[in-house]
Amino acid sequence: MKTKAFIKKYTMVIALCVVFILFAVLTGGRLLYPQNLSNLLLQNAYVLVMACGMLLCILTGGNIDLSVGSTVCLIGAIAAQLLAMGMNSILVILLCLVLSVIIGVWQGFWIGNIHIPPFICTLAGMFLFRGLGRAILGSKTIAINNKTFLNIFASYINVPGLDGGEKKWSAFVVGIIIAVLLLVNTARSRAQKAKKGYKQIPAASEFGKIIAIDVLLLYYTWKLTNYKGIPVMALWVLAVVLIYAFITSKTAFGRYFYAVGGNEKATRLSGINTERVYFLAYTSMSLLAGLSGLLMAARIGSVNGDTGNSFEMDAIGSCFIGGASAYGGSGTVPGIMVGAILLGVINQGMSIIGLDNNWQYVVKGAVLLVAVIFDVVSNHKTGKAG
Amino acid sequence: MADLILEMKNITKEFPGVKALDNVNLKVERGEIHALVGENGAGKSTLMNVLSGTYPFGSYTGDIVYNGKVCQFKTLHDSETEGIVIIHQELALIPELSIGENMFLGNERKGRLGIDWDRTYHEAETHMKQVGLKEEATTLIKDIGTGKQQLVEIAKALSKQVKLLILDEPTSSLNEEDARMLLDLLLQFKKEGMTSIIISHKLNEIAYVADKITVIRDGATIETIDNSDRNINEERIIQGMVGRELSDRYPSREHKISDRIGMEVKNWTVHHPLYTEKKVVDGVSFNVHRGEIVGFSGLQGAGRTELAMSIFGRSYGTDISGEVLIDGVPKTLKTAREAIEAGLAYVTEDRKGNGLILTESIAKNITMSRLEKVCSKGIIDVDKENAVAEDYREKLRTKTPSVQQNVGNLSGGNQQKVLLSKWMFADPEVLILDEPTRGIDVGAKYEIYCIMNDLVAQGKSVVMISSEMPELLGMCDRIYVMNEGKMIAEMPAAEATQEKIMAAILQSDK
Repeated sequence: MKTKAFIKKYTMVIALCVVFILFAVLTGGRLLYPQNLSNLLLQNAYVLVMACGMLLCILTGGNIDLSVGSTVCLIGAIAAQLLAMGMNSILVILLCLVLSVIIGVWQGFWIGNIHIPPFICTLAGMFLFRGLGRAILGSKTIAINNKTFLNIFASYINVPGLDGGEKKWSAFVVGIIIAVLLLVNTARSRAQKAKKGYKQIPAASEFGKIIAIDVLLLYYTWKLTNYKGIPVMALWVLAVVLIYAFITSKTAFGRYFYAVGGNEKATRLSGINTERVYFLAYTSMSLLAGLSGLLMAARIGSVNGDTGNSFEMDAIGSCFIGGASAYGGSGTVPGIMVGAILLGVINQGMSIIGLDNNWQYVVKGAVLLVAVIFDVVSNHKTGKAG
Repeated sequence: MADLILEMKNITKEFPGVKALDNVNLKVERGEIHALVGENGAGKSTLMNVLSGTYPFGSYTGDIVYNGKVCQFKTLHDSETEGIVIIHQELALIPELSIGENMFLGNERKGRLGIDWDRTYHEAETHMKQVGLKEEATTLIKDIGTGKQQLVEIAKALSKQVKLLILDEPTSSLNEEDARMLLDLLLQFKKEGMTSIIISHKLNEIAYVADKITVIRDGATIETIDNSDRNINEERIIQGMVGRELSDRYPSREHKISDRIGMEVKNWTVHHPLYTEKKVVDGVSFNVHRGEIVGFSGLQGAGRTELAMSIFGRSYGTDISGEVLIDGVPKTLKTAREAIEAGLAYVTEDRKGNGLILTESIAKNITMSRLEKVCSKGIIDVDKENAVAEDYREKLRTKTPSVQQNVGNLSGGNQQKVLLSKWMFADPEVLILDEPTRGIDVGAKYEIYCIMNDLVAQGKSVVMISSEMPELLGMCDRIYVMNEGKMIAEMPAAEATQEKIMAAILQSDK
């Protein structure tokens, strides 16, 4: 019974481990090369960032935002053109983020305040922003040469003295520091709880979890040490993920998204402004899509009319694979991170094997379907399906 | 020996925790109009759902003998094939489809290729003529009034070759003229040999139309009264409907009513959110003192819930006018948040739909209306939240292994306690409780009454909306009676009786 509960709680983590080991074997260990592991993060940075925003939308009741891929293109295009015109890169970044918020306000207003169905409103946005983006690019590919801009998003951290040689030791040092902090923090919060007499989860399971995370962290940062060190992009991703994890799990504001998805009428009668919840979900989504646009532009080094194509599907897919309910009201940031990484590993693994792009779609589709079927069926069994 | 078309023998139907029907017997003769009366929740609709197969054979015990043979209906379709058709209180018509399409929905007139529309509309018009409905069969349902929609339902029943027609509160949404027309139609069908069962609260209508009246109370048949000579005394029916004894099912309390008025509402009018010309609440005024429990009595659809929800931050209706004073200060409560901050709480009658998030934990549900109380700078203190929830769990004796339990896993009575906890946590001065004991067992009811007594003992004001008159008489200091959106009577509970309340409602219906 206990193992059953464990498997149920960590299904996707287990699935991720299985898939990871499978591809590690199938690629003859090439998946584990430092360069590939580093790229795994970089290539999926946009998915990780946008999945956070998508989670808020999905929490409100299984609503999705189809326009994010196009927003990536539009913001990327604006950034590329402004940089090409010689504008200051910091100014460009700020302007682009402000524009993303304006796009979000536009969508949030129609969806939250005028009650346009999100599917339709964001479908319209998908066409609108893609078209605008292409118009701004003038159907051309525009390269980005601004050094500062590229450094802010797509360089590697280089600490003089530590990272001079073949191995970039700063990565491993950071890994050790974070690993120790996690351990200390867990011990401290347990001590505090014990003092106040609150209930605790058994020490073995809590520390076991933290140690597993620490081992993975050290392994990963060791790999980064062997390949260029910590990418700056990782910091952006980490910042977004941490902020969204904090908002959804610790704040009153985050709780409202779960409440709306759980029972909108009851939430409204509890004095919560449900219109504002929708509005902010879509505003935050567009902001993150805009940020992803900048990340993509810097990573690829250029923007064209197809930049960001079908990114929305990756973000949506990660959320559902990561256990967000298609009816809204449940899903966590750590969960969808697992979903996003699972998708990323499948992508990367198949690319390394050299599997045809078409088959990659087939596999992704199958994984998504299985994950959602699992969610629906297991919820029905516990009798709490939406 | 009478010619029985239907005999229901010893029907018992249980829902989890509640015995809805307990050995009910019903005999209906061929060609008569048989009325079923009883209070809300007495079991009338449940009985009819058993008959029609909505509750399938096997989910109840007892026998249904129809036309001399025992029937085992598993679906609505089974009973309709035998000619038993039920028309529910909420009409089952699709507004965007035409009269003809609705009439043959699920029973389409098929041609060689798809639906034969000519035949559909021709047959629809034949049946519409039978019920005296003068409309085109192609008219959309949403374009005709409720009275005519009711006729469409009956025409639809005729199209299914109905032999036994069951009508559940057919006149509740009709005006007097339409209601009279409908009743005359039933009398006409009776002459043509059809049998009907009618469920209604309107005793004057029943006296007018029914041959026999069966009274149901608390899931049991009390008596069947003969009305073939049409001179039944309404008092006689009421006595059967409410005649149960009051024992100490209500905890006693010291009546310490303050002179201060907790909440006063003046001349409150609310219009229907969709049919904006219809007044759902019409010029209602009332007040509740601190330390007082005030009851609202009335039939379903009297406008009590709508009154309460519209006061609570305009959560219902449009074009709302009137004045609300809390503690003597006029307030404009435009949103639920403003109402909560003004010290008002509304505990909904629909705890699953409007009250609780069933997929969330008890703790999260309790803090939802005042989450800021367990937050510092917008960050939730989960430990504090759990401590609060634990506190209410003990205070209200909610039966649950832990406050982390999902509310959906609790029994009705315990869900109700969580809902009450949620609104007590909001720390209101005035609580409006809408059907606070609906669908919960006797023990849990008693505990909820105790909580109400505690609240008024602390000097708070409680407004209790209830369809159970004994409960209002047992718990309240004063009772207001509403009917069809209007306040029709106010009486001190000490002077009130069920007969008086019923009489007031019936008086205003005439």
